[in-house]
Amino acid sequence: MIKIENLNIHLGKFNLYDINLNIEENEFFILMGPTGAGKTVLLEAIAGLIPTKSGTIYVRNKNITKLPPEKRGIGIVYQDHSLFPHLTVLDNITYGLHFHKIDKAQAEKRLNRLVKDLNLDHLLKRLPLNLSGGELQRVALARALMVNPSVLLLDEPLSSLDTSFREEIRTGLKRLHKDSNVTFLMVTHDFAEALSLADRAAVMNHGIMEQTGSMEDIFQRPDSTFVADFVGMKNLFAAQFRDTKAIIDNLEIELGRKPANSHGYIAIRPEDIVLSKEKLASSMRNSFKGNVTGVSDKGLYYEVDIMVKNVTFKSSITKSSLFELGIQEGIEVLLSFKSTAIHNF
Amino acid sequence: MRSKETFFWITISCGIVIMAFILIPLVEMMTAPSFAMLKETIKDKDVVRSIWLSIYTAGLAAIISFIFGTPLAYLLARTDFTGKRFVESIIDLPIVIPHPVVGIAILSIAGRNHWIGQIFSDLGIRIMGSVTGIVVVLTFVGLPFYVNAVKNGFESISPRLENVSRSLGASMFSTFFRITFPLAWRSMLIGIIMCSARAISEFGAVVIVAYHPMIAPVMIYERFEAYGLKYSQPVAVWLVSICLILFLALRILTLHNKKEA
Repeated sequence: MIKIENLNIHLGKFNLYDINLNIEENEFFILMGPTGAGKTVLLEAIAGLIPTKSGTIYVRNKNITKLPPEKRGIGIVYQDHSLFPHLTVLDNITYGLHFHKIDKAQAEKRLNRLVKDLNLDHLLKRLPLNLSGGELQRVALARALMVNPSVLLLDEPLSSLDTSFREEIRTGLKRLHKDSNVTFLMVTHDFAEALSLADRAAVMNHGIMEQTGSMEDIFQRPDSTFVADFVGMKNLFAAQFRDTKAIIDNLEIELGRKPANSHGYIAIRPEDIVLSKEKLASSMRNSFKGNVTGVSDKGLYYEVDIMVKNVTFKSSITKSSLFELGIQEGIEVLLSFKSTAIHNF
Repeated sequence: MRSKETFFWITISCGIVIMAFILIPLVEMMTAPSFAMLKETIKDKDVVRSIWLSIYTAGLAAIISFIFGTPLAYLLARTDFTGKRFVESIIDLPIVIPHPVVGIAILSIAGRNHWIGQIFSDLGIRIMGSVTGIVVVLTFVGLPFYVNAVKNGFESISPRLENVSRSLGASMFSTFFRITFPLAWRSMLIGIIMCSARAISEFGAVVIVAYHPMIAPVMIYERFEAYGLKYSQPVAVWLVSICLILFLALRILTLHNKKEA
């Protein structure tokens, strides 16, 4: 569907280096990465809004790299909605019809469906100025889908919205995607959003594609230290691998499998590290005594730093277990984790 | 700001001094001529002709600035290129050059011993002492005001609106006329007002290029030289009043439309 080959963009401040990406027809694909990673640049390159230095972009097997944006049939929805302030909601939605030869009856049908699906009926005569964030974003979606694009690019469409609107638009997006044959490519930095919407995703950093794969792969099996850290695998250590063991400094960790490489990294999610006072009677192969060196309140949970020999592990636990175990700085605890919770690369 | 602070009183006093500095001479001049004298002046065909000449040459300068300045302002607002600062300072040059120097500069290419002057003369276009010459000078001094006002106007319109328009199938031309222009026309109107206001007030450059036909500022100067203050004041009052009314009308027009939008 969308196929990007060796794409390079040099725009001074914003650069992309050797981007390769493959998105299937009618897929909901998520693009993640920190601010300044080049996500918006990639979207705008696909839409034809910025010049590329080298590389090729295909949509439906057609090379569109040199096509002007209006000939690509690719819709874009920005975080700030970007509605035309001088046009009513209805004129905004039907703006694209001026430039497309669409049968009148068919256009009407599509308009009615979008207005109904996105609940815009009562807004049609109003100007964007007095609309709420959620309403603005619904109009922007309707406007983009009105011309039936082959691809819809969404640049953090939910991040400017209040939590209540966010849920509403997210469900709306999911339904719109299911009901249409449009391929969705969405930028977000919200993992919950990504997990609930997409099957596959990519992570970018500093203009480089770090990893592409299923959501599960990215969250459970990151293949770089950046992605591991980005998806919240806060326990990330450089390690030597010997047989089925990983050695960090002089700490031996049982992996239960033999890695292919002799040295690399291991990563463990903080929620997979269990704290206890006494040794647990469970199947967890790794259990170490350590000293609590820090406790920090993260709102919904607590993050506890535990030093084992020279290695600091991070574990996240609930408030109640924090009190149950009487965890505070300086005390000794036992930390345990399954070997299957360890990701090595 | 707490009203009892000394600093506050200093700001207020300076404000009052400035207001007085601007208003007292103007009010004095405006109220000096008697009604009968004003009436007599406006019956003078030369006066009417010179005020009309002033207004329409300034208007033409604004229209020329609109036609050529709008694309340039758009370019400056939307693109970043090496030498952009340089281009911007060139556009600002007419603001900082002394007015008689502008006149001399234009004359120096309009003469027959310069190839540009030669081309103009072959085409039968005369710069020296002609309406064309006046328009050239007024455009020269007014253009920067138009370009800067409109550039700011374009900069305040998010390029994302244009991006969205293009992604919906509109060409660059359609996008400009359907999105950018409707959102920027108010700043264009402000640019036109600024440009023509600047052009109407020009004296030093015009007097060198075209003493005749006589624009209003030149006539005011001539009456002052020949007959004294008393005879130059009524012409000045008429020029200022007519210009104020014109600009006010334009402003009201824009404010009115702002409410609608």
